[in-house]
Amino acid sequence: MEIILSVILIFMILGAIFALHAKDLLSALVSMGIVGYGLVICFLLLKAPDLAIVQIVVETITLIIMVAIVLDSTRHELKEKAAIRHDGQSFMNTRLVGNIFIAVFLGLVLFYSFRLASAHLTEFGEHGLRMAGAYMEGAAGKTGSVNLVTGVLFDFRGYDTLGEATILFTAVVGVLTVLRLKGKHS
Amino acid sequence: MQGMSIIVKKVAQLLSGLIFMYGIYIITHGHLTPGGGFAGGAILAGSLILLVLAFGSDVMRLQKREAGSSIMESAAILGFLLLAVAAIIAGAGIFFYNYLPKGQLFHLVSAGVIPLYNIMVGIEVAAALFTIFLALVIYKEELKQ
Amino acid sequence: MTLYLLCFLLFLVGLYGVLTRRNLIKIVIGLSFMEFSIFLLLVLIGYVKGGEAPILQPGMPATGFVDPLPQAMVLTAIVIGLATNAMLLAIAIRLYKKYGTFDIRKINQLKG
Repeated sequence: MEIILSVILIFMILGAIFALHAKDLLSALVSMGIVGYGLVICFLLLKAPDLAIVQIVVETITLIIMVAIVLDSTRHELKEKAAIRHDGQSFMNTRLVGNIFIAVFLGLVLFYSFRLASAHLTEFGEHGLRMAGAYMEGAAGKTGSVNLVTGVLFDFRGYDTLGEATILFTAVVGVLTVLRLKGKHS
Repeated sequence: MQGMSIIVKKVAQLLSGLIFMYGIYIITHGHLTPGGGFAGGAILAGSLILLVLAFGSDVMRLQKREAGSSIMESAAILGFLLLAVAAIIAGAGIFFYNYLPKGQLFHLVSAGVIPLYNIMVGIEVAAALFTIFLALVIYKEELKQ
Repeated sequence: MTLYLLCFLLFLVGLYGVLTRRNLIKIVIGLSFMEFSIFLLLVLIGYVKGGEAPILQPGMPATGFVDPLPQAMVLTAIVIGLATNAMLLAIAIRLYKKYGTFDIRKINQLKG
């Protein structure tokens, strides 16, 4: 189980790296599909069928929208022309060394914080149902819903769903505002 | 936006109804099987997007549809909020209280208000995604003119 | 712990994309990778070894499920991720119309 998940995750990371380095934006989007659909398989293996259904549909719609945008514009990767002053070789070298130093330092800091954060996590598969135990205990009797995720979503945690609906509404209003070329009465 | 070839049109015509029905099934059985309002709403939006992509449309028609789906979205979120507020009156003053009778487990009509919430969220998500898609298509069409 | 580390690596790849790429579309892609890694981490934390999907079956004891709480949170987060992605893309194509490029080095005039 862990091995299969690790292999899928490694594939997802490779796809992500390729997506960020692709020359053509269309192939970048295809590689983004690797990551999204790999996530679907992970959800299925982790016993979360609700999430798998949502993710597969949402990923498809995202890809449709992004391809529709990319097809009409310059698809090719921008020329990474040096925006650097040509002061000479030594300047380039100090800049390169500085960049590598900053990157390594940032990586170490992030890794240290990950170690700090993951010290409090339980091992994979050993999760104790501390919070959800109260929700699951007789949840079907309390909410009447057989699907416990729906029960949590709409009964115990209704406020979160209301906030989600509000964010979706706000995003739609924002898209309509940003993309309107001419006003309604002109 | 012009449509695609006759084969694509025919297949889209045959399939989109089935996809729409599948979305409705996912929404209404949200409290019994995997799925629910979010998944079903996205599937409904997918079937509508398929129709627009296959058949194409002129800007005027698209704008009408955009206005319709935008109104639909606002109405759905208002309905969701009203259902939640009705709980204050019907229940003991608790927001999001499940005030309808729970019914029997594993039956389609059960779980009180949860199926109604599911339907409202489903309409909201479907209308929101379809509106976003239509806004992009209209923007591209207007840019071409 | 390996799985958490791999999730963290995916997050770092997304962060790297956001920080170093010059293309607006690729920045959006990097942001969505960060989102994906967080979703996966939350669901991984909620997994119980040998657990079943949190859906009751007739005639089955109501125990031994995976944690439904992170799943419900991630379910809302996925749809919010789509909405924010659409918003970012809308801003990106408006900028493309104004400047004719996705290059953020050329999009530097802040006048309206």
